[in-house]
Amino acid sequence: MSIEKTDVLIVGGGLMGAASAFFLRQRGKSVILLERDQIGQYASGVNFGNVRRQGRFLGQLELANRSFALWKRLPELIDDDLEFIPSGHMRVCYREDEIAELEAYAAAPEARELDLRIFSGRELHERFPFFGPEVKGGSYAPHDGHANPRLAAPAFARAARRAGATIEERCEVTSVQKVGGQFRVTTSDGREYRAEQLLITAGAWGEKLSAQFGEPVPLIAKGPQMSVTEPVPYVLKTVIGVYTKIPEEVLYFRQIPRGNIIIGGCNHSKPDMLNRRAHFEPQSLLKQLQQMHRLAPHMANLNIIRTWSGIESYLPDSLPVMGPSGTVDGLYYAFGFSGHGFQLGPGVGDVMAELISTGSTSTAIEPFHIRRFATSSMQRSKAS
Amino acid sequence: MATARLKNLQKDALRVVIVGAGPAGTRCAETLVAAGIRPILLDENRRDGGQIYRRQPEGFTRDYATLYGSEAEKARALHQSFDRLRERIDYRPDTLVWSLTPGQLCCVSQGKHTTVDYDALILCTGATDRLMPIEGWQLAGTYSLGGAQIALKAQAVSIGRRVVFLGSGPLLYLVASQYLKAGATVAAVLDTSPLRKRIAALPKLLARPGLLFTGMKLLAQLYLARIPVHLGVEPQQVLGDAASGVSAVRVRTSHGDNLQFDCDALALGYHLRPETQLADLAGCRMRFQEVSQQWVLDTDGEGRTSVRGVYAAGDGARIRGADAAEHAGRLVALALLQDLQQPVHGEALALQRRVLAVMDEFSHGLCQAFPWPAAQAKALADEAIVCRCEMITAGELRSVVREKGACEVNRAKAFSRVGMGRCQGRYCSQAGAEVIAAAAGVAVERVGRQRGQAPVKPLSMLTEELKQAEEVAP
Ligand SMILES: Cc1cc2nc3c(=O)[nH]c(=O)nc-3n(C[C@H](O)[C@H](O)[C@H](O)COP(=O)(O)OP(=O)(O)OC[C@H]3O[C@@H](n4cnc5c(N)ncnc54)[C@H](O)[C@@H]3O)c2cc1C
Ligand SMILES: Cc1cc2nc3c(=O)[nH]c(=O)nc-3n(C[C@H](O)[C@H](O)[C@H](O)COP(=O)(O)OP(=O)(O)OC[C@H]3O[C@@H](n4cnc5c(N)ncnc54)[C@H](O)[C@@H]3O)c2cc1C
Repeated sequence: MSIEKTDVLIVGGGLMGAASAFFLRQRGKSVILLERDQIGQYASGVNFGNVRRQGRFLGQLELANRSFALWKRLPELIDDDLEFIPSGHMRVCYREDEIAELEAYAAAPEARELDLRIFSGRELHERFPFFGPEVKGGSYAPHDGHANPRLAAPAFARAARRAGATIEERCEVTSVQKVGGQFRVTTSDGREYRAEQLLITAGAWGEKLSAQFGEPVPLIAKGPQMSVTEPVPYVLKTVIGVYTKIPEEVLYFRQIPRGNIIIGGCNHSKPDMLNRRAHFEPQSLLKQLQQMHRLAPHMANLNIIRTWSGIESYLPDSLPVMGPSGTVDGLYYAFGFSGHGFQLGPGVGDVMAELISTGSTSTAIEPFHIRRFATSSMQRSKAS
Repeated sequence: MATARLKNLQKDALRVVIVGAGPAGTRCAETLVAAGIRPILLDENRRDGGQIYRRQPEGFTRDYATLYGSEAEKARALHQSFDRLRERIDYRPDTLVWSLTPGQLCCVSQGKHTTVDYDALILCTGATDRLMPIEGWQLAGTYSLGGAQIALKAQAVSIGRRVVFLGSGPLLYLVASQYLKAGATVAAVLDTSPLRKRIAALPKLLARPGLLFTGMKLLAQLYLARIPVHLGVEPQQVLGDAASGVSAVRVRTSHGDNLQFDCDALALGYHLRPETQLADLAGCRMRFQEVSQQWVLDTDGEGRTSVRGVYAAGDGARIRGADAAEHAGRLVALALLQDLQQPVHGEALALQRRVLAVMDEFSHGLCQAFPWPAAQAKALADEAIVCRCEMITAGELRSVVREKGACEVNRAKAFSRVGMGRCQGRYCSQAGAEVIAAAAGVAVERVGRQRGQAPVKPLSMLTEELKQAEEVAP
């Protein structure tokens, strides 16, 4: 049996794993990344593509800002274009009292870099004439934007590979353990890998591996629902999202320069974890169309040409598991990104590389530590 | 799921849904009605008849001979059967099935969304044109053979004043001769299959001598009318410009000469591909059919798919033509009756199977005589568009294979957008798979097939409920 050795072994080749591999190589670590299927095939490759900071848990904005700085350095950073457009992001509400909540968020010191601006009343409808009359206010983030998720993780993986990382696809990790100061990882096809440090970036399957180290977390998988229209003239440069506490009202859309409008929200499906597919539920489309009609009535007369979903991992407080293990030295986690990991991807890779190679990070990630599930059951929902 | 329920249900409480009112769907419904079942029959068309026996819109009064030529009698028989059934089935025309979940179909009818529950589902969804790109085919005036025929049959209009027919397969000659008869100028009939393939296929084609004879007669008509007919051509390019569309078609003959035919329209096609999206969404297994070099539904000899309670018949399962569709429709109904433990005549079953075996043989002969021109994909110029909806070139597709390692169809789609457009891959995904396979240096069945995604056809966002809401709104 062959045994391969490396400084850092990464399990899971979504955006988190691929970006981590890239930044670890930048810091001179030898890296092997093992991906069960194909790089970026799951959540990272099929998500909505929002590169949005506003609306996140305030304690996550520092990480989101670090990621944003990296998004802005694309494509030079990885020599590949992820079609990132800092188009602006508008977060709107249907109720007057929610405007105050948007204002409070915009006024928070953590949100300073976002340069948020609140619109309401006539000014709102003049600036965004396509909104329906029910839209009462909105928070405009001029620097946020969107990118093409299908390209992101594979591009980071290629850049990592060019920088010397080993990337193995179709290589499923079945067991992880630490024996005598070294991690031993075995795969379903009988290969064994050994490493000084181990990073678990296995998305919705992260818990299966953390549990092998005695750190289970209450992770559940859900499938956000996506649909896309045929191309129409490119006029909606801003990404739009609804701020609400009613799940069915959550709708977001963006238009790409090619003309298609991508729509998401309103519903989640329960993924088929056996066949590793999340289905789009036909009912979701009806809900989306209804909400679309409410949000932007004149845009509702379009043809939907495709629908899809993807498997994303959620934790009860909607925050990820990110940081060192609570029990095992040299073990690190970055999974469970709860529906908003795409924007964070480059930043997570950068931070994990810093943490793994220096032992600490300059960005606050304490709220995401896995130990929060070991101690307490009082979780509050912190993010929206 | 549907299965467990099947056996315990009373015949009259059983919800049997057929999708498609073509020859397969009609004969299936007829057989079920005879056994005392009242199926629901859904079809997105306004009228029954399916593709080949498509009925003209109400108000049009062309006679059967004009509309269906040599197939007039079969068309009349099918329509009459349907009219007799009309009161004994729950027929819902103008109803597109756009998605499904186990036990339920999602439909849209005149902009209104409905669901239809089923215990047993029989998919008789037919086929669409199978296309191979040619450089310049994005120019206005390029139609599929089927599209050209529909224009003639449904609207009584020609796609151009001077039409070139290019491709391979029986439809090439059929549609060309229909255009000739309708008074259009047929500039040329250009077949990529060489004569020797046809000769080699003769033993199989002789399984149905009548049909073979009909085919020869068509060819004779074209020769008699002095239409240039060339066999074994290599398509080179469609010429023209964005403003005025197609102006000529260039091919290389089997002797190596370059020929150019002036025209203002091109009808293009290489036989047919099955419409398997609904079956795919239902989770039915597919298999790669060697002889036709394409993915077809994996059904047993009687039309059961790999998913219990889901059946398929006609060209939507695999391409065997209209006559076979009628027989397969009957046979699949008998299979369902058997599964319901209804009495079924062993003889009736055996008869259908025997007839279908002959038709199988013939359809294999057709595949051999008019092979899918896989090599063209390999030879396609880098500048040629593969995906017309998204305007992606062969060169762009090849680059995601070579530079980004996308050697699988869905992966290459994700990276390049080939197959992501309005046609949802109907017209480009097979050719795209050939381009990918050639660039990756593997056999085409190894690069997979494009996964079906709902909606099966582009779906208008303005459902009836929303329209009403709009009218009420200030
Ligand atoms: C439909 C949808 C829409 C979304 N929209 C947005 C959005 O607009 N903006 C945003 O910021 N975020 C969005 N998200 C969330 C975002 O996509 C995810 O948070 C992010 O991609 C997570 O990346 P990941 O690398 O952790 O997970 P994944 O991409 O799931 O990658 C994990 C990888 O680990 C591999 N793996 C698992 N177990 C093993 C094993 N045992 N051995 C080897 N490999 C293994 C898997 O095969 C997988 O490739 C959305 C998610 C979905 C599904
Ligand atoms: C464009 C074209 C032209 C052809 N011309 C000829 C010809 O001239 N001569 C010849 O011998 N053969 C011809 N064929 C082949 C011939 O049409 C078929 O062999 C025959 O029609 C097969 O019968 P069927 O019942 O399997 O399918 P079809 O006759 O195609 O019937 C399928 C029916 O299903 C319906 N349907 C499909 N999907 C859905 C959905 N999602 N929701 C609701 N309804 C749906 C369609 O509207 C259609 O009415 C042609 C095929 C095509 C595609």
